[in-house]
Amino acid sequence: MRLVSKVRGWLDERFGWAELIAPLREKSVPIHKLSYWYFLGGITLFLFGIQVFTGILLLLYYRPSANEAFESVQYIMTRVRFGWLVRSIHSWAANLMILTAIAHMFSVLFLRAYRKPRELTWVSGMILLFLVLGFGFSGYLLPWNTLAFFATKVGTEITAQVPLVGHELMILLRGGEEVTGATLTRFFGFHVALLPGLTTLMILLHLALVQRFGMSVPPRVEAQWKADPSKAREMKFFPNFLLREMMAWYIALGVLGALAAISPWELGTKADPFGAAPAGIRPEWYFMFMFQTLKVIPSKIWRVDGEVLGILVFGLAGAVWVLLPFLEGKREKRGPRMLLGAGVFALCYIVAMTVYGYVAK
Amino acid sequence: MLALAICVFTGKSHAQTANTCLDCHGALDPPLQVTEAQFSQDIHSQKGLTCAGCHGGDPTKADMDAMSKSAGFRGKIERGQIPALCGRCHSDGTFMRQYNPGLRTDQLSQYQTSVHGKLLAKGDTKVAVCTDCHGVHDLRAPSDAASRVYPLNVAKTCARCHADASYMKGYSIPTDQFAKYNTSVHHEAMVVRSDLSAPTCTTCHGNHGAAPPGVDSVRNVCSNCHVFQAQMYEKSTHKTAFQSAGLPGCVVCHSNHGVTHPTDARLGTGSQAICMQCHTPGDDCDKARAEMLAGLTGLSEAIKGADQVVGVAESSGMEVSEARLQQDQARDSLTKARVTIHSFQRALVDQDIQAGLKIAAQDLQAGKDALAERDYRRRGLGYALVFILLTVVGLFLYIRQNERESAKS
Repeated sequence: MRLVSKVRGWLDERFGWAELIAPLREKSVPIHKLSYWYFLGGITLFLFGIQVFTGILLLLYYRPSANEAFESVQYIMTRVRFGWLVRSIHSWAANLMILTAIAHMFSVLFLRAYRKPRELTWVSGMILLFLVLGFGFSGYLLPWNTLAFFATKVGTEITAQVPLVGHELMILLRGGEEVTGATLTRFFGFHVALLPGLTTLMILLHLALVQRFGMSVPPRVEAQWKADPSKAREMKFFPNFLLREMMAWYIALGVLGALAAISPWELGTKADPFGAAPAGIRPEWYFMFMFQTLKVIPSKIWRVDGEVLGILVFGLAGAVWVLLPFLEGKREKRGPRMLLGAGVFALCYIVAMTVYGYVAK
Repeated sequence: MLALAICVFTGKSHAQTANTCLDCHGALDPPLQVTEAQFSQDIHSQKGLTCAGCHGGDPTKADMDAMSKSAGFRGKIERGQIPALCGRCHSDGTFMRQYNPGLRTDQLSQYQTSVHGKLLAKGDTKVAVCTDCHGVHDLRAPSDAASRVYPLNVAKTCARCHADASYMKGYSIPTDQFAKYNTSVHHEAMVVRSDLSAPTCTTCHGNHGAAPPGVDSVRNVCSNCHVFQAQMYEKSTHKTAFQSAGLPGCVVCHSNHGVTHPTDARLGTGSQAICMQCHTPGDDCDKARAEMLAGLTGLSEAIKGADQVVGVAESSGMEVSEARLQQDQARDSLTKARVTIHSFQRALVDQDIQAGLKIAAQDLQAGKDALAERDYRRRGLGYALVFILLTVVGLFLYIRQNERESAKS
């Protein structure tokens, strides 16, 4: 303990350490019956940390070329000591991170934590969610297996349907007309350089905004506390909330370890660009609702191509979702109810279409 | 072969277009009926030839004038004259080149060497002529799936005569070939697996020169596909033994039309046994047979055992694709050993069996190692989960104590 005090004193003398961490010491977290939803953001951040750590370890062996990618992942899974664990944790943590990010977004929506002055916190969070989905899409191709190859082919084909810029967008993603080794190299670049850089910047902004505005209290609880201030309760962020958050991280780590050991992430067979697409090609679960919608949408709606219309609707819905806090307006009851309804509808639609996508032949 | 020749008795013709024959013959009853729909499917019609190509006459004239003798009208072609009529065009390389440069022009000469051709030459008009196999008036290219000589349809076409006991009466040959063929491994490959390269009647008997392969040429016929088996048979003592006994090689053990998928049990002593039909129990050959059978059975069991262990490891999520790939090599060794059996030399068969056993043993070990690794991982998970649980409980207790102390102070 003396050593810690000495180091702290050394830092304090030079950088004003105590002053720097003062906001953290003063930061508090409201306590109410819905407080546990506050953990989701921290768990997502923890999983992102896991991704960075395991991703760096995978980079030591992974080779981003069509000739070597599959073999290098196979090597990691079979020859590298604990390579199977690192790769399985990376894959499972990616999926859990997307799940917790989506859950975090809906919790913020249903608790109305996006409202003034936290509109930009919501916008930065939504951008982070899109970046996380980008990680999922780009990382899925990297093992260069059959399923990933054809799912990416289908996925990038869908982008070609975007009006005006669709074809150029597809070329940008694929690095050519077809999914080839150039696509793999490009996706690798997105996955390990572009997206991590953007995500780190956006996380810093998101955290700065959370720090600046503090944790939001749900409107109903806030009203109760205003009516009777003696009911208002809070805990220190450091160490009380952070220690609780750490408990959640440990549990997440246990879940990850169990998934990796009991169900190691499959490798499949090496992609053959000239082979026939296997039956039942489908994307990862988080894109399933969009994929299934585009699958069942009629080929023509009025005079518009059904698939193009579907993509336009999803694009528009995504843009509206980012700007959701600004749409609530000043109507005291109608605005929030409308957004709550939209949230419930979106959640039900996503769950229903995802389940439909998995059960439909 | 595009069998039905389109040439007039008085000379060859092509690119005839006007065809009034169908105006009347389309409305007549069979056998004189030839409809526009039927004739339009005919390869000759598609190449621009008309009825006059074979029957003579002048199809540009109406009514009976079209069939005047002065226009060379020949009427119905006698069966005995059909091969020669077809051959006038189909044996003429210069003429056929303008329609299909790749088409052979030796069909007539081959036909004349066939059993059908020889009997026809003796005046037997019951035997098959060109139109019996290729059809008439709706004659299609052999590559057309509706053609009677499309690979999938050849056996049925031959069976129209050869499976008809009353029609074949007097020829003193069996009529069960088609029934047997339908039970054969060749039929399964052709019909069930749609492998058009699989053998059908013409593969072994020839088509235009159709004849049963003689005792001496049976091995040559089978070896067209079963190359390695034939090479091994060349090294075997059976070759000379069968030759001196006048036995037809491969057919002695495998039969002909009803050839079924061979199993290892044929080397055994049970109901499917073949060796013991000739050999005496306890002799040197019987001992060799028993050793080779034991080798095949041993390798087969070793592969199954390794498959099972590797399968369990795979279903546990372990990465065993390399062992899976190697198992294919072990299976290849088993297949090779089964081929080498045709040499009937223990040492040669044993080489293949030992090679397969070595691979199967490596794969079994790889499967066991994967299962051991799986157990190691699960034990590690158990320890990690206990550690995580203790840490979580410790954190919980620490938080509670910390908050109690804060409340007191």
